Amino acid sequence: MLNQLRPALVLTLAFTAITGFAYPLAITGVAQVLMPAEANGSLVRKNGVVIGSGLIGQNFASQRYFWPRPSATVPGPYNAGSSSGSNLGTTSIRLKDRVAVDMERLREAGVSGVVPADAGTASASGLDPHISPAFARAQVARIARARRLREADVAALVKRNAQGRLMGIIGEPRVNVLELNLALDASGN
Amino acid sequence: MTIVGWLQISLLFLAVLVVIKPLGLHMARVFSGERNAFSTLFSPIERGLYAAAGVDPVKEQGWLAYTLSMLAFSLAGFVGLYAILRLQAWLPLNPQGFGNVPPGLAFNTAVSFVTNTNWQNYAGETTLSHFSQMMGLTVQNFVSAATGIAIALAIIRAFARSAASTVGNFWVDLTRATLYVLLPLSIVVALAFVAMGLPQTFDGAVNATTLEGARQTIALGPVASQEAIKQLGTNGGGFFNVNAAHPYENPTALSNHLNIFAMLSISAALLYTFGQLVGNCRQGWAFAAVTAFFLIAGVGVVYWAEAQGNTILSAVGLDPADGNMEGKEVRFGQAMTALYATVTTGLSNGGVNGMHGSLTGLGGLVPMFLMQLGEVLPGGVGSGLYGMIVFAILAVFVAGLMVGRTPELLGKKIEAREMKFAILAVLVLPLTVLGFSAVSAVTPSAVSSIGTGGPHGLSEILYAYTSAAGNNGSAFAGLTGNTPWYNTTLGIAMLLGRFAYAVPVLAIAGSIAVKTRVAASKGTFPTDTPLFAGLLIGIILILGGLQFFPALALGPIIEHFAMLSGETF
Repeated sequence: MLNQLRPALVLTLAFTAITGFAYPLAITGVAQVLMPAEANGSLVRKNGVVIGSGLIGQNFASQRYFWPRPSATVPGPYNAGSSSGSNLGTTSIRLKDRVAVDMERLREAGVSGVVPADAGTASASGLDPHISPAFARAQVARIARARRLREADVAALVKRNAQGRLMGIIGEPRVNVLELNLALDASGN
Repeated sequence: MTIVGWLQISLLFLAVLVVIKPLGLHMARVFSGERNAFSTLFSPIERGLYAAAGVDPVKEQGWLAYTLSMLAFSLAGFVGLYAILRLQAWLPLNPQGFGNVPPGLAFNTAVSFVTNTNWQNYAGETTLSHFSQMMGLTVQNFVSAATGIAIALAIIRAFARSAASTVGNFWVDLTRATLYVLLPLSIVVALAFVAMGLPQTFDGAVNATTLEGARQTIALGPVASQEAIKQLGTNGGGFFNVNAAHPYENPTALSNHLNIFAMLSISAALLYTFGQLVGNCRQGWAFAAVTAFFLIAGVGVVYWAEAQGNTILSAVGLDPADGNMEGKEVRFGQAMTALYATVTTGLSNGGVNGMHGSLTGLGGLVPMFLMQLGEVLPGGVGSGLYGMIVFAILAVFVAGLMVGRTPELLGKKIEAREMKFAILAVLVLPLTVLGFSAVSAVTPSAVSSIGTGGPHGLSEILYAYTSAAGNNGSAFAGLTGNTPWYNTTLGIAMLLGRFAYAVPVLAIAGSIAVKTRVAASKGTFPTDTPLFAGLLIGIILILGGLQFFPALALGPIIEHFAMLSGETF
């Protein structure tokens, strides 16, 4: 057993140096030089101030903005320092009650008929940056009213910001909420 | 279910099918000691490592020495990782100023990464410093995977050789797997990941002021480098709490495809390497066909079940046409979440891109059942292959019983000694899973960790021990696992699942190696045919089904019917 000790210790240290230090360092070096925007989190700035990340969802509660999906992070929604899903099972009473409360809020906001499933459910990460195009369309009337815009204009904005599948196959149709709201602000009103 | 959903799934399987042969051949060259594509780059390092470690790369070991080397290396890795976690407050690269990891959690996490399980009782972004993530977890992501490959090579050589007393040199296999397979692929995948948006920085969190004026703290770090080896080494331990559901670990549908591709490729290609090295490529393809059968069937069931939606929420008003979206990300949708859940559990990866605990009853049953089938579909890198060989030994034994002949696998007679060790190995999973689950289900402090009551609560416990003993690492995360009871018992389950399985496998390798390889005769039952693949599927299904069906009936199956009748807990 003793003659196993030297290779065990030496190789543990050596692989720590190679795979734990040199490898991430080299990747970081290349990434920071060639792809600094991505390597630093795809941050979005407005007038020089970081307002979020294009990849990370953030909370919107105002009537003037498109709302994101419910988020299960604690202590508040869209805590990007501590990602979390609800982890509730299908038969959970807490899940059913929570969805019922969110449904009430959506009904008050003028969403009628069957509600897109993503509008009433918490995402896996609690940081989902996207909503379905259907959920975005369901919010058009409320935004138009709050901003005194024509519904057709807001609907056109949603359409312009909707992303399709890559090559028509890979991925799901979606709308990035932060980008959509930035475009909304840029459109005046 | 939609056609475009199935197209996405097919594309991924096709991409993996394409790389099986070239990658399999590359690994065959690497482990035969031949020159390979990365020799020029890394062979000076390889020679330097042997010199420093006092290893003679030409000198081979018998199975016992090979096993002892494997255990000594795993022990050294455990001690090193445990020390890093316990001391991280005083170590560098800790921009968030995290404290030392408490003993119970450090034990669980160290075991988790050394056994290639990567169960996460910790939340990465709120617990671990960059130093711990890199010098601790990333290192074990490499070497625990390389260890799995090394164990598989021992048993491959046992079948390839005739009347041999040695099965290879553990230190050489470990080093070559790391330098010529895992490291070069990780570099390519990590850079591709950065291009797709995964962060790679040593800075800590960024503070943003949102459009509504609120403050948002966004955790960052060297994510891409860890994500690459997390997938290639079928580790599955994420940088973030929610793993590959986090937009920084998996920002786009394309990165999602690369994630699944990276985790599936090496394990699938190792089946080809096996065929190549034992001189029967059809045998490798037969194993690949068995794997494909289970994966395609599995993804079909999950996709169908999830696309039906949660009928309880449909009754409240959610559109059933969108399927069950709780615990899923919009960019992945139903098809890609179903595929990820199936592949990550058919493998012993355990990363997730959606929360398995929020899958429907039947959608959650499949990942759990795939793990209970023994993590061989195609299983973790290396560990999946040696698990598959154990099942093949059982299958030829059953076939031998039916026709009254001594069973043979690839020209080696399977006798009492091999059967005893094979049975010993396959008993570890049910004993560990059902034993710990049963005790937990009647222990009040263990039951109080449950997130959702009713049948789902039992599923949470069952899933945890299944995942730990299968060295998978995914979770029904409603269960609060960071308690003394679960940190300890899950840690023990992970150790048993890794080492109480690997040691009998290496013993089988030792006893197979010394046998003379006999040529196939008229009476030999060929093991590279569709007939044998069918038999192997039957053995895997019957064994797993008989052992776990009663428990599954009480958990996910009851949950399914409770959902249909609108019952909540």
